[in-house]
Amino acid sequence: MSPREIFALRDHLGAELKGRTISDAHDVVSLTDILSHTVLGGRLHELSGRAVLLKLSDQLRSGLAMIELDGIARRMLLCPPDLNPAHLDALIADAGIDAVVTDEPDRWAASGVSLVVTAQLPLQATAPARTERATEWLMLTSGTSGVPKIAGHTLEALTGAIVAEGPSRGPAPVWATFYDIRRYGGLQIFLRAILSGGSLVLSDPHEALADHVARLMARNVSHISGTPSHWRKLLMSGSAAQFAPAYVRLSGEIADQAVLDGLKAAFPHASVGHAYASTEAGVGFAVNDGLEGFPAAYLGNRNGVEMKVVDGSLRIRSARTAHAYIGRNASALTDDDGFVDSGDIVELRGDRYYFVGRRGGIINIGGLKVHPEEIEAVINRHPDVRMSRAKSRKSPITGGIVVADVILAEGTDPARAKEIRDQILALCRAQLASHKVPAVLRFVEALDVTPAGKLARTDA
Amino acid sequence: MSVRSKVIEAIQQIAKEQHVTLPVLSDDLSLHETGFDSLAFAILVARLEDETGVDPFTISEDAAFPATVGDFVRAYENVPA
Repeated sequence: MSPREIFALRDHLGAELKGRTISDAHDVVSLTDILSHTVLGGRLHELSGRAVLLKLSDQLRSGLAMIELDGIARRMLLCPPDLNPAHLDALIADAGIDAVVTDEPDRWAASGVSLVVTAQLPLQATAPARTERATEWLMLTSGTSGVPKIAGHTLEALTGAIVAEGPSRGPAPVWATFYDIRRYGGLQIFLRAILSGGSLVLSDPHEALADHVARLMARNVSHISGTPSHWRKLLMSGSAAQFAPAYVRLSGEIADQAVLDGLKAAFPHASVGHAYASTEAGVGFAVNDGLEGFPAAYLGNRNGVEMKVVDGSLRIRSARTAHAYIGRNASALTDDDGFVDSGDIVELRGDRYYFVGRRGGIINIGGLKVHPEEIEAVINRHPDVRMSRAKSRKSPITGGIVVADVILAEGTDPARAKEIRDQILALCRAQLASHKVPAVLRFVEALDVTPAGKLARTDA
Repeated sequence: MSVRSKVIEAIQQIAKEQHVTLPVLSDDLSLHETGFDSLAFAILVARLEDETGVDPFTISEDAAFPATVGDFVRAYENVPA
């Protein structure tokens, strides 16, 4: 392959588009002349051909370092903020890391990593670098309690869906995401912002939601994504009243009809859709008809993404999937035919498939399998419910029973709690098998959401 | 409300929800004859645990599951406060 054929992030950035920025709660950095600036203190050349661990405490410097490193480093491993430090040594060994980009160089002084480069703001002027190679992007899977798996991607695979969608019409979008850009869902938005000629507003885990929304509005955010849990929190907060994005996307968890309808009501002029993507399977598809689930016609080969359902779980083969798990004892990422088993269980009803839950998230009720998500989807249909979580509780009689914690919509009269409880249980009894109907329903003020933006299911 | 009336009320509420027609709940009625299945009993025990703070069938390892309505009520009455 000749170097001319390789496109790195820098090759999507030029000085011709003015006024582009990437910002967080503290800093605003111009993307227009980013190629003649460095966040790495001018030390990019030292990282040429290296396997680089990107371990920074903020997203802004991470994003700027990704722009510089792509096309120069041999591979870069993105560390999300919630990475357990105890897993670092194993990850460094598995990815063959020989350099680290950090904002805490003292911590790495005595480590076995030979090259430590500090990422710092403000940017310094530098001569633009030229793309040397196709850098391998290493991402960590979320949701596992042990050492996360490392999934290997190329920029081409990561941007496959963005290129397929083509450029957005109208003025350059201002993107935002509730995700961290070092997670797959957030990285998709970061890459869209780079490739689309737009700007990007980053989230900050320490910022109050109302302040975050004020910042989104101040920067005229037009395109925004998050998990259904992120969106439910926003809808509950009452902070979204003045916010009017044009494009609202959900991914990372099951988007049920209630949250889709809630967003459509809150943002009547927005395009509201949900996308299916995962670190391993890449971007599968987008659903823009406002309905939960996806048309059965999506199975088969569609725009280069092949999907099938085997043993109830969705399997995907495309050029957008990760190409392998990386590491000493890495398992196969695909089956012999190249399909990734997503572990997401789907059910055909009529001419549409619906997500019912994760294969690993099944709870056992008296020997019967139950997906908590299918119960939550029914509870969430009640107009006074904003969010719910079903789980199992030990029972001396059946081994386990279903219980559910429910958050009511803001402003619900507490005096109606009993009436609402009876209505929710009636809904569940009408639509679910009796062992799936919650035995106990509790109203709660909050539900835990993981740093990756998903409903915490640790005790499921 | 006495423990007994709490238990009886919970049984009646669950019977209503599960569409079970209860016979008269006398002390010597066997639990089998109430028409409750194991799921209904599991719900009953969970709700009573939330209301009274105790689950007499999990606390004691050798507790035999009661045979009659009277045994069931006494299991809750006999839990030390």
